[in-house]
Amino acid sequence: MSTNESILEVTDLRTSFFTEGGEVKAVDGVTFDVPAGKTLGIVGESGSGKSITAMSILQLISHPGKIKGGEIKFRGKNLLDLTEKEMRKIRGNQISMIFQEPMTSLNPTYTVGQQIRESYKIHQGLGKKEGSKRAIEMLKLVGIPSPEKRLDQYPFELSGGMRQRVMIAMALACKPDLLIADEPTTALDVTIQAQILELIKELQDELGMSVVMITHDLGVVAETCDYVAVMYCGKVVEYADVRTLFKNPRHPYTVGLLKSLPRSDRDQEELTPIKGTVPSPDEMPVGCRFAPRCPFATDLCHEKLPSLDDVGDGEQIRCWIYTDEWNGDPGVKVYEPERTTES
Amino acid sequence: MSQKELLKVKNLKQYFPIKGGILGRTVNNVKAVDDISFTVHEGETVSVVGESGCGKSTTGRAILRLDNPTDGTVEFDGINLLDLNKKEMRKMRKDMQIIFQDPYASLNPRQTVRETLREAMAIQGVVPKEERADRIAELLETVGLQPYHADRYPHEFSGGQRQRIGIARALSVDPKLIVCDEAVSALDVSIQAQVLNLLKKFQKEMNLTYLFISHDLGVVRHISDRVIVMYLGKIVEVGDKKSIFENPQHPYTKALLSAIPVPDPDHDKDRIFLQGDVPSPIDPPTGCRFHTRCPFATERCKEETPELRSTGYMAEGHQGACHYMELIESGEHQPTRETSKVRQLSEEPERV
Repeated sequence: MSTNESILEVTDLRTSFFTEGGEVKAVDGVTFDVPAGKTLGIVGESGSGKSITAMSILQLISHPGKIKGGEIKFRGKNLLDLTEKEMRKIRGNQISMIFQEPMTSLNPTYTVGQQIRESYKIHQGLGKKEGSKRAIEMLKLVGIPSPEKRLDQYPFELSGGMRQRVMIAMALACKPDLLIADEPTTALDVTIQAQILELIKELQDELGMSVVMITHDLGVVAETCDYVAVMYCGKVVEYADVRTLFKNPRHPYTVGLLKSLPRSDRDQEELTPIKGTVPSPDEMPVGCRFAPRCPFATDLCHEKLPSLDDVGDGEQIRCWIYTDEWNGDPGVKVYEPERTTES
Repeated sequence: MSQKELLKVKNLKQYFPIKGGILGRTVNNVKAVDDISFTVHEGETVSVVGESGCGKSTTGRAILRLDNPTDGTVEFDGINLLDLNKKEMRKMRKDMQIIFQDPYASLNPRQTVRETLREAMAIQGVVPKEERADRIAELLETVGLQPYHADRYPHEFSGGQRQRIGIARALSVDPKLIVCDEAVSALDVSIQAQVLNLLKKFQKEMNLTYLFISHDLGVVRHISDRVIVMYLGKIVEVGDKKSIFENPQHPYTKALLSAIPVPDPDHDKDRIFLQGDVPSPIDPPTGCRFHTRCPFATERCKEETPELRSTGYMAEGHQGACHYMELIESGEHQPTRETSKVRQLSEEPERV
């Protein structure tokens, strides 16, 4: 996959929800690596399973959901073998997570200081005085003005951008090796988003963390990630380094996403949407999940599911077109760079 | 494009009172929209952009009188809507429709699609009773749904499909103007592109006029002819799409554009980081409302409110509300604050 050492290796992860209507395979055999010190982006549309993948890594899946199988190796150790007690020592300590909505993920009845101190108390056994000192350092680190004053404020007294900074301060309190950021800026305005993304990037460099960035925004991916996994219907369909993914996308779904994106940096005559909609879980295609919407699909695609295969240069694709078994047009061009006028 | 003025908004103000105290008196106002004027021509798409709380949605609602504006005039086809009574206003709404962001919340869950569309036609009396069934089938087909969808309820549709129903409902009365309030914001990109193409197609076929309210500048660049940039209830810049995106003049527009993540890893990131958050619209900053975050702000900006104006090198119809546009352009006025760092420990205005 990559030449770097990986801090996280997820192999064939499967998480399902058991509902009255039957089993919903939210994450269906997901495999990816997070190279140490780098940022992996997991990108996909609603229902692709990207958030459930993140929750599965920290084993935050609750009833009726269940991790059915696979392996989540964090520094060589399979997290799925750990007991809940052992897992608790990892959460917030070695692996931390920040969520989309800072208001609902901060406890409204505790002050900012109490919430950051909790981390130090649980993982490092620090008392109030030492904890507060460290909390102030953290708030300073994430660029919160007059941190001493903020320590005694409640989440509702802070703006959206400030709350997200507090969340980041909490997540980074114990200097984790891996930060999972689930849509960390989706609820924020774009000028605030720019601040938060830059902050995460700077802190990553300072602390040497690895980051898993979960997002639906391809702009955020291009800007913050080193590697990208594109998910569709619970599966990874393409894994590549960020330049390759944007300059030479290969999976028809990735290409479709890029072509439907209205750009703010240049003029486009027309958008080329992906036809149809994401299939519902109870009518999931048996072959390639994307086949019903794919402009290149053949009988093979509808009948048999392709595997996620290495195609060289650390890139992986789940598509029949790039295999020897492809029986459609041999010269098929999935992606042709458009001629554009950059502004 | 014809140059007929379809919508003319003048000095529009929308204040929302804050009640307080034992007597429940108005103690203050949220100045959501504070004295804005603009014109929309027939057949064009004018976008209103800005961040949360800038007043863009309030502007759309005020125009349709979904809220009653505090002051100003809204002329539609030469008639001042603010002079009309309820009954007259309802008649006017035949010509002006709105598509909301959340298609689920804006469709009646107890009505089938057929009932929803029929009700709209019945209220406005646009299609004779006996032709309504055919018209419904035709409308559904136009927006890319099947006639058999007519007897389903909103919960049976996906988000994209629901938004199509919202569009079908707006089109059912044959309007002239459609206000699209974040109409595609809740949709995934692949579906968003389908809906955007649909809106463009209808505009061409029916000579529709759109007032497109959005925070997504990619979408705005794709769909608009002209763009209005708002900040804290004021228009800070207005102009044709090309001018706004390629020659922005107001420091806020520049910062906003530079903040958008571009889906190209090689994109040159010359980013302007604004400090802090948008101040409260209850007690907006004096002078230029952007001065608390503006990299170029001076004492003058704190005291004097800049008016929208144009100068020699700007395209026709392109206006900005900044005292220093020319001097910033020529490089004579340099930033008074750091803009390249995100962790600047300056105190920002408190939120109320």
